[in-house]
Amino acid sequence: METLVKDSNKQPKPSVKGATPVKVTGSEAIILSLLSEGVNEVFGYPGGAIMPLYDELYKYNQQLTHYLMRHEQGAVHAAQGFSRVSGKVGVCIATSGPGATNLITGIADAQVDSTPLVCITGQVPSQLLGTSGFQEIDIIGISMPVVKWNFQVTSAHEIPEALAKAFYIAASGRPGPVLIDITKDAQFGELEFSYQKCEGLRSYKPVPKLDISAVGRAATLINQSQKPMILCGHGVLLSKAGKALKSLAEKADIPVASTLLGLSAFPPTHPLNVGMLGMHGNYGPNIKTNEADLLIAVGMRFDDRVTGKLESYAKQAKVIHIEIDQSELNKNVQADVAVLADAQQALQAITTLVQANKHTSWLAEFEACNAIENQKVNQPELYPTQGAIKMAEVVRMLSEKTKGKAILVTDVGQHQMIANRYYQFNSCNASVTSGGLGTMGFALPAAFGAGVGDVKRQVIAIAGDGGIQMTIQELGAIAQYKVPVKIIVLNNNFLGMVRQWQQLFFDKRYAATELVNPNFVAIAKGYGLQAKGINQRQDLDSALNELLASKASYFLEIKVEREENVFPMVPSGASVSEIRLA
Amino acid sequence: MEKKELFTISALTENKAGLLNAVTIIFTRRKLNIESINVSETEVEGVSRYTIVVYASQHQAELVVKQINRLIEVLAAFLYRNEDIYYQELAMFKLPTEVFLNGNTIEAIVRNNGARILVIEEDHIVIEKTGHRDEIKALHTHLKPFGVLEFVRSGRIAISKSKRKTDSFLRELEAENINNL
Ligand SMILES: Cc1ncc(C[n+]2csc(CCOP(=O)(O)OP(=O)(O)O)c2C)c(N)n1
Repeated sequence: METLVKDSNKQPKPSVKGATPVKVTGSEAIILSLLSEGVNEVFGYPGGAIMPLYDELYKYNQQLTHYLMRHEQGAVHAAQGFSRVSGKVGVCIATSGPGATNLITGIADAQVDSTPLVCITGQVPSQLLGTSGFQEIDIIGISMPVVKWNFQVTSAHEIPEALAKAFYIAASGRPGPVLIDITKDAQFGELEFSYQKCEGLRSYKPVPKLDISAVGRAATLINQSQKPMILCGHGVLLSKAGKALKSLAEKADIPVASTLLGLSAFPPTHPLNVGMLGMHGNYGPNIKTNEADLLIAVGMRFDDRVTGKLESYAKQAKVIHIEIDQSELNKNVQADVAVLADAQQALQAITTLVQANKHTSWLAEFEACNAIENQKVNQPELYPTQGAIKMAEVVRMLSEKTKGKAILVTDVGQHQMIANRYYQFNSCNASVTSGGLGTMGFALPAAFGAGVGDVKRQVIAIAGDGGIQMTIQELGAIAQYKVPVKIIVLNNNFLGMVRQWQQLFFDKRYAATELVNPNFVAIAKGYGLQAKGINQRQDLDSALNELLASKASYFLEIKVEREENVFPMVPSGASVSEIRLA
Repeated sequence: MEKKELFTISALTENKAGLLNAVTIIFTRRKLNIESINVSETEVEGVSRYTIVVYASQHQAELVVKQINRLIEVLAAFLYRNEDIYYQELAMFKLPTEVFLNGNTIEAIVRNNGARILVIEEDHIVIEKTGHRDEIKALHTHLKPFGVLEFVRSGRIAISKSKRKTDSFLRELEAENINNL
């Protein structure tokens, strides 16, 4: 089947009317601004207040591909997935009122997971603002707590500058979502268009100046440390600091643990990679957090899912915190050395001052933990021989078959933790997941966006039977645009993660977690996708082969063990040292 | 629980519609009550100053200031204790004009409290007082027996004891943040 997804790099650069001003409508100015920012694809959903812009999208469809999603939440998650794999700003478009409010979950998700987005919403004509006119909603007010910046355009001539600022703010510093609300009269209005990229705002310092003395103090702490540990966060990926991190780790022989969002920044097979932090992370890095004498936290924010009980988190350790967002420093964990900086810059500077070192016995302690976890948890999970199919074995086989080179887009729940625990990410920006907000329904539309944003890598969405039903309608977009994403539903007939908590902490009272599910395969086929369902271990290998070999999108439902639990686990509110293996 | 204290937050910002909302939701989100807030133009056109008084623990107050600093249009936000600033509030007391019938007691009170009589009308007068909260309170206590018809007090405004000059500070920011990435 031929794919309609174009390689965005190969598209001819559109000629943008730039230097000499030309008279255009506001909506054409929006398009020209997007093109000036190098945008070639947008995700959206039309409606009354945004129709002038859609009319221009129609005219510019050669330069700008619009993907019609099936829900505005799908559009914003698609833009997120697009951005997370491509590093570009994701763009989504919605109409006023319900269109705009449907974006909110995704905007909040992008805010907490530092994803650069420009969200454009239509708004009622400016004379109707504040009148409760049809589909008028104060989206500026509603979105304020969850955007990096927002702005309402009420006049056509404001458009180029507003969008230039939007792209600049979204992508720079700690990235985040920006919302631009544009009234209908501004879209219809006329202006003399010329575009100037935003090159700075006096009130906004995206990249702080590296403090050399902090760098020096950090290096000294590293040189003095006997038991250091690096905590690699999402910021490492965002600042493309993977190499710099590796140099530091190798030079000073420091184990590297990743947060969920930091996965894929550091090679999984590297001897210094000691695994994932957090509630369902690995045994070693969690236990050793409370034994290390130094934590070097890079581009991460000490989320409670990472730290567990703060009062007993790494009290014995000195802390170096490298972070670009000043508001994250000394928020949850007091840093001995706070380095307010871009991760790459800071790591490079620190590495030059760090002495080559060996921490052989310290590293051996991680090995020992690893052996325990492997024996007690991983081996039985990864290589079961009887009973129902386990999520972990599916992920292991996927990892082997794809050699870890695929992009995994996961939803939220048990499957998310299992997938991120066991997939061996061999390329950067390869784990796309909703971390900070934990938004069920994220995976399917985000996978669509990832498939548009990266046409070279295989994109595999993994969702639970609960989460897939939150945005299942996006199978329609996948079918329409023939984006070849692969979809795996790990069906345990439960809201598994909630059920696990009920089992462990609520005496097995399974309140509202058992699902009576539809025929997923029939639904996928109804959308015109290739689809298959399996429930036997002996069919797993060939089903995964078929899924991976398919040139087109493919939907695979795998019935898995119903009451499986994800371990290790740091129970909510417990210390990282209280991590449980069973 | 960490000890709570009174802090003054002073922020220089661009003059943008909606910014006040963005600032106040930072407090709302943490269920912090704003004791008082004042927003006004500074000596530099297009630049506003926010003066916010909040009762919070030091850690909370520091986090709030960082969040305010994080807003795109905020040029700079500072956290002060009382000893770091000069600060004043303004109060107005409305009393019936008959208070003058008791000889010159009222005038004495006004004088002794560093207040002044703003207006004298046929049926009411207004006394104005600039000062710290306790000074205004003290004056209020003195005036109460005379029958205060209405009383209004502004929020605090404050100016730091540092020698920073707003416009040169802005020029520095411009030099640092524009075209210098
Ligand atoms: C939008 C939303 N609602 C509710 C939750 C709470 N929640 C977290 S995990 C989970 C269960 C997910 O079940 P499923 O999608 O079947 O995945 P599983 O855990 O079984 O792998 C729920 C309800 C959430 N994270 N997001």
